[in-house]
Amino acid sequence: MTHPNRTFLVGGIATICLVLGACGGNQPGGAGGGVNAWTLTGGSEATFRSSFEDWNSANSDEKITPEFFANDAYKEKIRTAVGSGNAPTLIYSWAGGALEDYVSNGDVVDLTDVTKPLQGRLVPSVLQTGTVGGKVYAVPNNNAQPIVLYTNNKVLSEAGIDSAPTTFDDLLDDVAKLKSAGVETPIALAGQSQWPELMWIEYLADRVGGPATFQAVIDGEPDAWSSPEMLQALGMIQQLVEAGAFGDKFGSVVADANADAALLHTGKAGMLLQGAWVYSSFLTDAPDFVSSGDLGFSTFPAVDGGEGDPTDTVGNPANFWSVSASASKEQQEIAIKYLNEALFDSSYVESLIQNGGVPVTTDAESQLATSEQAPFLSFAYDMIKNAPSFQLSWDQALPADQAQALLSNLSQVFLGQTSPEEFASAMDQAS
Amino acid sequence: MTLVAGIDTHDLRGDEGAGSSFPSRRGPSFLMAVPALAFFACFAIVPLLGVVLLSFMKWDGLGSPEWVGLANWSRVLTDPVTHHAMKLTVVLTVATWAVQCPTSLLLGVFMAGRQRYRAVYSVLYFLPLLFSAAAIGIAFKALLDPNFGLGTALGIEWLNRDWLGNPSVALPTLVFVIAWCFIPFHSLLYQGAARQIPRSMYEAAELDGASSIGAFRNITLPQLKNTIVTSSTLMIVGSLTYFDLIFVMTNGGPGDATRILPLDMYLRGFRSYDMGGASVVGVILVAVGLCVSYLLNRLGGSSSMDSQMEGM
Repeated sequence: MTHPNRTFLVGGIATICLVLGACGGNQPGGAGGGVNAWTLTGGSEATFRSSFEDWNSANSDEKITPEFFANDAYKEKIRTAVGSGNAPTLIYSWAGGALEDYVSNGDVVDLTDVTKPLQGRLVPSVLQTGTVGGKVYAVPNNNAQPIVLYTNNKVLSEAGIDSAPTTFDDLLDDVAKLKSAGVETPIALAGQSQWPELMWIEYLADRVGGPATFQAVIDGEPDAWSSPEMLQALGMIQQLVEAGAFGDKFGSVVADANADAALLHTGKAGMLLQGAWVYSSFLTDAPDFVSSGDLGFSTFPAVDGGEGDPTDTVGNPANFWSVSASASKEQQEIAIKYLNEALFDSSYVESLIQNGGVPVTTDAESQLATSEQAPFLSFAYDMIKNAPSFQLSWDQALPADQAQALLSNLSQVFLGQTSPEEFASAMDQAS
Repeated sequence: MTLVAGIDTHDLRGDEGAGSSFPSRRGPSFLMAVPALAFFACFAIVPLLGVVLLSFMKWDGLGSPEWVGLANWSRVLTDPVTHHAMKLTVVLTVATWAVQCPTSLLLGVFMAGRQRYRAVYSVLYFLPLLFSAAAIGIAFKALLDPNFGLGTALGIEWLNRDWLGNPSVALPTLVFVIAWCFIPFHSLLYQGAARQIPRSMYEAAELDGASSIGAFRNITLPQLKNTIVTSSTLMIVGSLTYFDLIFVMTNGGPGDATRILPLDMYLRGFRSYDMGGASVVGVILVAVGLCVSYLLNRLGGSSSMDSQMEGM
């Protein structure tokens, strides 16, 4: 009589174990002697592709094989690969907390002395992001990515707005004007992806209390999340949500599919706060929107009485390459040779600019001015150059567990499920 | 699981007549099970023990794990995020069962009929079984997009809702999509079982003047009892492992409105890099899954799983 019992029991165990087991098995790609590089699709993909192709045809015995991954999938895969000693030779990253973890576990090699020829071409403040404890462990590999306020000027002018808002009160007025002009989603926001919501609190906290507001969190000061400045910034987010600034459907919008950018260029939204990388999406998805001059771009509005400098910028200084410590000496040498000889050479810089990116090299300015995309590129370059503070995105600056708690708690503020005070106390506990 | 469910346990029991503890001479040698058992031990038991071990350790995926005793357990078990995930898992389990069980039973019985239009319908109807959960997730996400989805394409304003972005609507939407995926499979079980019911029973009922509803209640339902138990076990234990669909469609959001336990385990492990905490959730899931399938089997199955056809 016990047989059927046991069959079910064993079946149950098998199913659950298989499901659990399936979570652990990430296979490293491209092992077996060759040098490989893991990077992302979209963004600078075209530049990476052509650079590796050029390198491979010029150095047929020192080939580098690139593999491209989607953003979210990559972030999870790379950690497992590095932790299990199966990392690619060239590791793509955002520097910040993840790089510090790699360095403290000895997973990446010190590049301070071996990449001197490359370092001479780079903007020092960006190179600084890739250093840990005074040593270079990661070098930038693409363009600076400040967060920009994009506008659809056609939608704005139809609602009687002549220019992008310069203060937070202007922004609220514009939202009201757009609403009454029948625009359901005055500001596009990819709420399902959660990280675009971070850009709002990053800018507002800076405009209200200056860079010190978030620095207190990084420094681990007690109750840093419940500072009056942070609470005021969160309150302003609530104000925007209650005014219907993001419409009532932002929770379903996904940034990975560029659905937020699509809302702007199809005229369903008037504004969008997103990274400079979205400009290249506009170029591919809606070239007419860009060439007709309907696309506007501006810095984030100031807050009356706030301490922050209105030219402060947030975003990602660039993406970075690190060289894996688990690669063989030979692989490491080839990778470093590539970094020195091919990274940010003239065709690399040209390709970045063509894709609408601002290269992080010291001599970029003159090339930017003559480019087809000069208005946007010069704007973004000035934004970085003039910024008294360039804050790294919070989810990259914080340790992973706090970053996750931040994303999930912040999304509940946007959804109106928690108050600023509840958010602050949950975050103070998490840090 | 499908295979296990398909074994006809009544027939097996007949072979044990003499009550010997030795394998029956007609049955296959125990040695033939060795390869399967070896695979099972290697890919199921060993990883499972590894997860139990890891639940007492602190590990961020890099470097070497560090023994922390019960710290992970007390941290995870007092975390409001876990409590919320447990509650959601129970709600989702009950809701998916309540939607799927009656629907697939009725559809299965309907499809068991021999009319030709039913056969054509059944073939079309099984299409969802051919698609992977990830593909279904991506397709539904695109269809339900409030700005560029089905509503806009067909010009039906009512469909342009925040299906996956509104905390109170997201879970019912998921229950619907899960039902869309799995009802065909369970209907298949019921269809097969309903066809096994001897026609003579219905003929006898007809002679006695039973209505078709009466025949359904007094013949079909009791005869399907074992299938209901099997199908419910699959649904309920299965709902403890729903991951791919929800991961693709909502990623646990909006906020944590769809962060059920399996997803919580994944997000802890591979987003927050808290492998110890994720292992605690994993062990809880295994324990709950085993208990539930054992209980279900106890309540509805085993002892009362005698033949339904005495005297036929």
